[in-house]
Amino acid sequence: MKYIDEYRDPQLAAYWVDKIRSIATKRWTIMEVCGGQTHGLLRYGIDEALEDVVEMLHGPGCPVCVTPASAIEHAITLAQRPKTILTTFGDMMRVPGAKISLLQARSQGADVRVVYSPLDAVEVAKHHPESQVVFFAVGFETTAPATGLAVLQAQRLGLTNFSLLCVHVRVEPAMQSIVQSPNNRVQGFLAAGHVCTVMGYDCYQDFVKDYRIPIVVTGFEPVDLLRGIYECVRQLEHRQCEVANEYARSVRSEGNLHARAIIEQVFGVADRPWRGLGVIPQGGLVLRDEFREFDSAFRFPEMAIPLAESSECQSGAVMMGRIRPTQCPQFGVACTPQTPLGAPMVSSEGACAAYYAYQSRSKISSSSAES
Amino acid sequence: MNSNASMFTCPVLSSDDQERITLAHGEGARLTRELIQRRILPLFLNETLASLGDAARLAPVSGPLAFSSDSFVVSPLFFPGGDIGKLSIYGTTNDLAVAGAEPLWMSLSLIIEEGLPFATLDRVLQSAADAARSVGVSVVTGDTKVVPRGAADGLFITTSGIGYYPDDQTYDCRQIQPGDCLIVTGDIARHGMSILAARESLGIVSEIQSDCDSLLPAVRRLREAAIPIRAMRDATRGGVAAVLHEWSLACGHTLTVTEQRVPVRPQVRGICELLGLDPLFVANEGTMIVAVPETAVGRAIETLRQSAATSQAVEIGRVGRRKLAPVTVIRSLGREIPLDEPSGAFLPRIC
Amino acid sequence: MCLAIPGRVVRWIERESPFCEAEIQFFEVYRKCNMSCVPEAEEGDYVIVHAGVAISKVDTAIAEQLLIEISSSDVWDELHGSEA
Repeated sequence: MKYIDEYRDPQLAAYWVDKIRSIATKRWTIMEVCGGQTHGLLRYGIDEALEDVVEMLHGPGCPVCVTPASAIEHAITLAQRPKTILTTFGDMMRVPGAKISLLQARSQGADVRVVYSPLDAVEVAKHHPESQVVFFAVGFETTAPATGLAVLQAQRLGLTNFSLLCVHVRVEPAMQSIVQSPNNRVQGFLAAGHVCTVMGYDCYQDFVKDYRIPIVVTGFEPVDLLRGIYECVRQLEHRQCEVANEYARSVRSEGNLHARAIIEQVFGVADRPWRGLGVIPQGGLVLRDEFREFDSAFRFPEMAIPLAESSECQSGAVMMGRIRPTQCPQFGVACTPQTPLGAPMVSSEGACAAYYAYQSRSKISSSSAES
Repeated sequence: MNSNASMFTCPVLSSDDQERITLAHGEGARLTRELIQRRILPLFLNETLASLGDAARLAPVSGPLAFSSDSFVVSPLFFPGGDIGKLSIYGTTNDLAVAGAEPLWMSLSLIIEEGLPFATLDRVLQSAADAARSVGVSVVTGDTKVVPRGAADGLFITTSGIGYYPDDQTYDCRQIQPGDCLIVTGDIARHGMSILAARESLGIVSEIQSDCDSLLPAVRRLREAAIPIRAMRDATRGGVAAVLHEWSLACGHTLTVTEQRVPVRPQVRGICELLGLDPLFVANEGTMIVAVPETAVGRAIETLRQSAATSQAVEIGRVGRRKLAPVTVIRSLGREIPLDEPSGAFLPRIC
Repeated sequence: MCLAIPGRVVRWIERESPFCEAEIQFFEVYRKCNMSCVPEAEEGDYVIVHAGVAISKVDTAIAEQLLIEISSSDVWDELHGSEA
């Protein structure tokens, strides 16, 4: 397929690996913001290939991981209401709330359905006028236009049985909170290519000036990732800190204005607790008042019980780049993908789950060298 | 008031009876007998079954027997490239085949959800009968139960099969040794993706057909050609990754596959890319992994390619001395990376 | 986050409404996608789709440029040089 396979070309990837090595004079610490990038780095062994010149820190860009447990509890409560269908993305099904996950809630009789698109959830509402259909909306700015369109579509169809449990979050405030952290180790960012596809990268111009840190808009395929890392290392070597776009086939500086208009029309900005990270100022999107009737909190004013995070889970420290997943004492012991203590072990995009899946890579190569 | 009216309608005589299975069909009385005699027996006709005894009386066989059982709960019952009937016959006979056995007899038990249309049942049974005939196995016993609405998903089938070992060669994954080659007999992940495309309301339009097929002809050919096979396993639930993990656990070595050598059709790739799934973890129903010594790999592939179901056989990997990871994959960058064991629910992802 | 992949616009289904839709091809499978954010896309164009919504039109000039860059002297020389 065009625009996929060529970016997985092994020779081209090898070329960029060499090129990064050839310019790096020291080991730099770079954070890829997006969980999709984490997945690509580990899936293709890119972080290992560059281990001696770049330390990759895995950022908070996994919406599943940062969704508060209380929101999952709220979703489960809604799903257990009679005549209610809870719809969400497959990613959310296995994440544990306080006690159980949506998958377990479904096995206990709740009507939980996986959709590919928020617009499909509107279709479910259209075909089930007798039921209330709630879409559990998670994701960054990439997903917000799709959710916004679903709300607008429900409004246009006059549906009174469709609502959102809206937990959308914004990436840039989270990046700010990382660089402001006293223990910050991040020297450069790979910005999330698909978030920037929607939002553009003009918003990072002040960021790079304020924090003196390069930000490189980066895609997801191996060659995309390597080009992003190369540009970041190049800037660091030259003591530059600029916004660069290495995913230009998809990203324009202003983003997608149509998509931004939809977000603007439907959502406002609000402070939001992120799982493991605490409250991030302006870190979330909420439905605007004129769309209040589509807010599940307005329609079903049941109060979600605020829940404490598992004290054993150090997901915050992992997502802030303070510790590696493998440095957590629970990693692979009490906490595995089958028995996750926190969300980063649940989502296949989560840093801990990705490490669990690909762990011991370096040990593989060393033992094959021995043999 | 339809529901009130139905309260006064004799359930046995209701016109619905003509078209749909009711609980009465499972109660062991006249309706059960009629169901079996009219709809099941004629399709699977053989002397043992026709005697309708409580147990099938089987002819003596010399030597050890192979015995295998499997349950089928697929939804939807009909999917592109197959249906639960065909699947229930090939599933069990494939299990016998890859163990090195020739299937002789089978049982077929139905758990039917009340309300299933007879027409649906007939189609499934016809398909199962055709599949049984095609592999030369006799269905000699069976059972029929009807459960209330909601207690099953249309129709569940359990089949068991008994076979004999035609020669001394045993296939055992504990025999796998470093240096052995791993063969996959066709492009992977078609069954799981065809089900997903047909089941979930994902709105995906594709022409993916399940690979649901019998592996017996291919296994027979391998036997006739006297290929020294270490192990064979059909890559059903959990896909290729599940087989490799089971084998690694049994033989204690590390199994490595090269992603680019594993055949995947463009339709399957399309759905996998769209939904964030890895074809190595997706179920097959007529595709197996074969481990052979390096010296036999050429002949094994050549032989496999003579059978329709395995005509795309290709070498995908090697067995090496044990490293920390039991199963590894070489992806496009040429680095060897652990391949996780399939775990839990199979969900499309968006993030 | 945000799994999004490129697909080819096969045909517009509904171009006028605010909920405009097109049939998009990914490898050899097809799905109806919302086109509200890429109204300028034409049949044959590639769009990047996330959660059933096209979020951008692939800039083919830039993408081709990268591919030319790949096959251009410097990269290929280095590649083949390193192979030799």
